[in-house]
Amino acid sequence: MADAKIRVLVAKPGLDGHDRGAKVIARALRDAGMEVIYTGLRQTPEMIVSAALQEDVQVIGLSILSGAHNAIVPRVMDLLRQNQMDDVLVLVGGIIPDQDIDNLKKQGVAAIFQPGTAMDDIVQFIRSKVRGAGVTFAG
Amino acid sequence: MAEKKLGKQEVADNPIADIFEKRCPSAAEKKWAEETLAPTLEKNPERPIGAPTGVNLDEQGRARFTTISGVPIRRLYTPADLPEDWSEEKYLGYPGRPPFTRGIHATGYRGKLFTMRQFSGFASPEETNRRYKYLLEHGGGGLSVAFDLPTLMGYDSDHPASEGEVGKCGVAIDSLEDMEILFNGIDLEKTTVSMTINSPASVLWAMYLVVAEKQGADWKQISGTIQNDILKEYIAQKEYIYPPAPSMRLVIDTFEFGSKFTPRFNTISISGYHIREAGSTALQELAFTLYDGIEYVEWARKRGLEVDEFGPRLSFFFNAHNDFFEEIAKYRAARKIWARVMKERFGAQSQRTWLMRFHTQTAGVSLPAQQPMNNIARVALQALAAVLGGTQSLHCDSYDEALALPTEEAARIALRTQQIIAYESGVTQTVDPLGGSYFLENLTLQMESGAFDYFGKLDSMGGMVKAIERGYPQKEIAEASYQYQRAAEAKEKIVVGVNEFAIEEEPPQILYIDETVARQQAAKLKALRARRSNDEVKRGLDALKKAASREPQSDGNSAISPANTMPYIIDAVRAYATVGEICDALRQVYGGYTETSIT
Repeated sequence: MADAKIRVLVAKPGLDGHDRGAKVIARALRDAGMEVIYTGLRQTPEMIVSAALQEDVQVIGLSILSGAHNAIVPRVMDLLRQNQMDDVLVLVGGIIPDQDIDNLKKQGVAAIFQPGTAMDDIVQFIRSKVRGAGVTFAG
Repeated sequence: MAEKKLGKQEVADNPIADIFEKRCPSAAEKKWAEETLAPTLEKNPERPIGAPTGVNLDEQGRARFTTISGVPIRRLYTPADLPEDWSEEKYLGYPGRPPFTRGIHATGYRGKLFTMRQFSGFASPEETNRRYKYLLEHGGGGLSVAFDLPTLMGYDSDHPASEGEVGKCGVAIDSLEDMEILFNGIDLEKTTVSMTINSPASVLWAMYLVVAEKQGADWKQISGTIQNDILKEYIAQKEYIYPPAPSMRLVIDTFEFGSKFTPRFNTISISGYHIREAGSTALQELAFTLYDGIEYVEWARKRGLEVDEFGPRLSFFFNAHNDFFEEIAKYRAARKIWARVMKERFGAQSQRTWLMRFHTQTAGVSLPAQQPMNNIARVALQALAAVLGGTQSLHCDSYDEALALPTEEAARIALRTQQIIAYESGVTQTVDPLGGSYFLENLTLQMESGAFDYFGKLDSMGGMVKAIERGYPQKEIAEASYQYQRAAEAKEKIVVGVNEFAIEEEPPQILYIDETVARQQAAKLKALRARRSNDEVKRGLDALKKAASREPQSDGNSAISPANTMPYIIDAVRAYATVGEICDALRQVYGGYTETSIT
C-alpha cells in the first residue's frame, strides 16, 4: 500500500481545445510521483467516468475554460454516484467565475482551482485528501 | 580589433571573460571592460531578476539573464555583436524594400496607422451586433468576430455537444439568418472584418459573402480576413473537425476561390498567436507559423495555383508577449524570413507576394486573474512592442481576460490603450525607430537563423502535416510550456502580483453569460427549419458532398477547379442550411479526427 501511487485522471470535457493547463498539470502531478492518465480532448461525462472506472483512479481533475462547467460537472457527479464512485476526489480547474463555485462544491467537487494556482498547491491538496496512498512524500 | 575568443576555463577564471565569448570586442570596449566594468563587478556583483536558482545561474554560478523564452541576454551590446559583414544596406535596407527589416511601408505609420481591431463576440448575434456598433462609435477601425465553441467546431446550438457552450466564448452563429443579424446596419463594403474561424471557415465565409451581396456590396471591393489556419489547430488550439489532408484541401479551395472572386479579402491569417498561447517560445511561434505558411504554399502549388496570384492574400497573426525586445525582434525577423522564403524557395516575382502583412494580439496567457488591473500596464507594453515591430493591425486584450469575456468598460480601456499608443506616445511618427540598435539587430538575426534551423528539421520530416502527425511541434511546445511554468513557480521568473507582490483582493465585476442564448438559438433553429425549403437544403448538401469527394485541380486558366467546394457551400448557405448541417455533410465525406495526446 505504501508503494501504491496516487492515480489521477486528468480530463478535458467540452468542446474547448485549450489544453496547456491540463497538460502542464498532468506533467506536474506525474513529476510529483502520481500515476496520471490524460484523456485527451472533447470527452463526454460518460467517457470520463468510464475511464475513471477502468483506470481505478482516486482523483479526477476536470479542466474547463469555456464556461460549460455548469452543464458538464453535474453530469459527471451524477454518473459517479450512479457507479458508486462517490469516494473519487473531483477537482475542477480553469476559468470558473466566483459565483459558480458554491454550486459546484454543493455538487460534490472537492476544490476549484482558478487561474494562477501554483502546481504545488494542487499536488499538496491531492496528497492531503487522498489517504492510504502514501507514496513518495516530497522525495 | 581581432582578439582571440576564449575557452570555458578561461571564462570561469576571469570575471569579464564573457565579453570575449563568441565575439571580438574592440580595443575601446576591452579597455572599458578592464577599467570600468571589472571593478564594478567586483564591488557589486550582478544579481538575477528572480530567484538565484535554475535558469538564472550559469555553469559558474553567476547571474544569468535571459529573455522570457530563455535566450541568453548580454550585459551590453556593441558593434561586436553584429555580423562581420554587417552593413546597413545589406541587413536593414529601407522600409518598403527588401529585406523589409524596417517594415513594408516606406512611410511607416505616417500614411496609415495600424488598424485598431478589437476581437469581440459573445452571446447572441443581436447582442454582439450592439457591441460592434459600440466599438465602431468609439473609434475602432475594424471588426473581429469571436465565435462560440459550437460554431468553431461545426455544431448547431441545439446539438447535444453544444450543451453549456452556446454563446460562452463568442457569438453563436447557426445560419445565414444569424449572420444577417450580426452585421445588421454595418456596411460591409466600408468595414473590414476579420473572422476567427478555422475548420468551418469556408462555411462562415460563405455566409459573410452572401450577407455582403444582400447589402449590395461588390465582392471585388470588400476586404477582411478569415483565419482559416487549420495547421495551427492541430499544433496548438485543437479546434479541428476533419483529418489534416481534407482540411488542407478545404483551405486551398478558399485560396483558389478568393484569388478569382474576392481579390481584396485575405483568405488566411497564418497564426502564431495560439502556438504562443499554448506555451511555445517566441522562436517556436515564429518558426512554426512561418513554416505553416510554407506548407500552405506547397499545397496550393500542388493544386496548380500560381504563387504570385494567391501569395498576396496570405496574411499573418502574431502574439505580443511580455519580453519587449524579443517580441520586436520576432516581428522584424518574420518579415525578412517571409520575403526570403517567397523569393528564394518559391520563386515569387511580385513584391506584393514578398510582403508579410500581420495582425497582432497581446498575450492572453500573460494576463493573470490576480490584481487584474495590472494587466492594463502589461497590455500597453505588449501593444507598444507590436507597434514598434510594425504591425498592420492590433488587438489589445482586456484586463479581465483570465476571468471571463470582457465587460464593456474593459473592452473600452483596451481600445483606449491602442489610441494612447497611436496618438500620444509619438512612436508612430518615425519608421522603425529602434532600427540599428545593436541589441535589437542581434536578436533579430538570432531569430532569423533559429527559424531556418527549425525549417531544416521540418523539411527533413517531410513538411508540417507529417511533423504534426508525429507530434513534433506539439512536443516542442509542451516542453517549453512546462519549463516556463516550472521557472515561474520556482520564482525564477517574476510574475508581478502572482508569485511576488501578491495581495488579498475582492473579486472583480465580470461579464456573465447564462443559458438564455442557448434557448433562443434553439428556438430560432426550430423556426428556421420549419420555414425554409428543406428540399432545397438537401439538394445543396448533396451537391456539396459530391464535389467534396472529387479531387480538385486547377487547369491554370481563369475558372476555378470544378470540384472546388466554395460555390457549393455558398449555394447551401443561400438555402439557409446551418453550420452544423454543412459540416455534417463534409464529415460524412471526410470523417472526423482525434489526435494522439501528448503529455
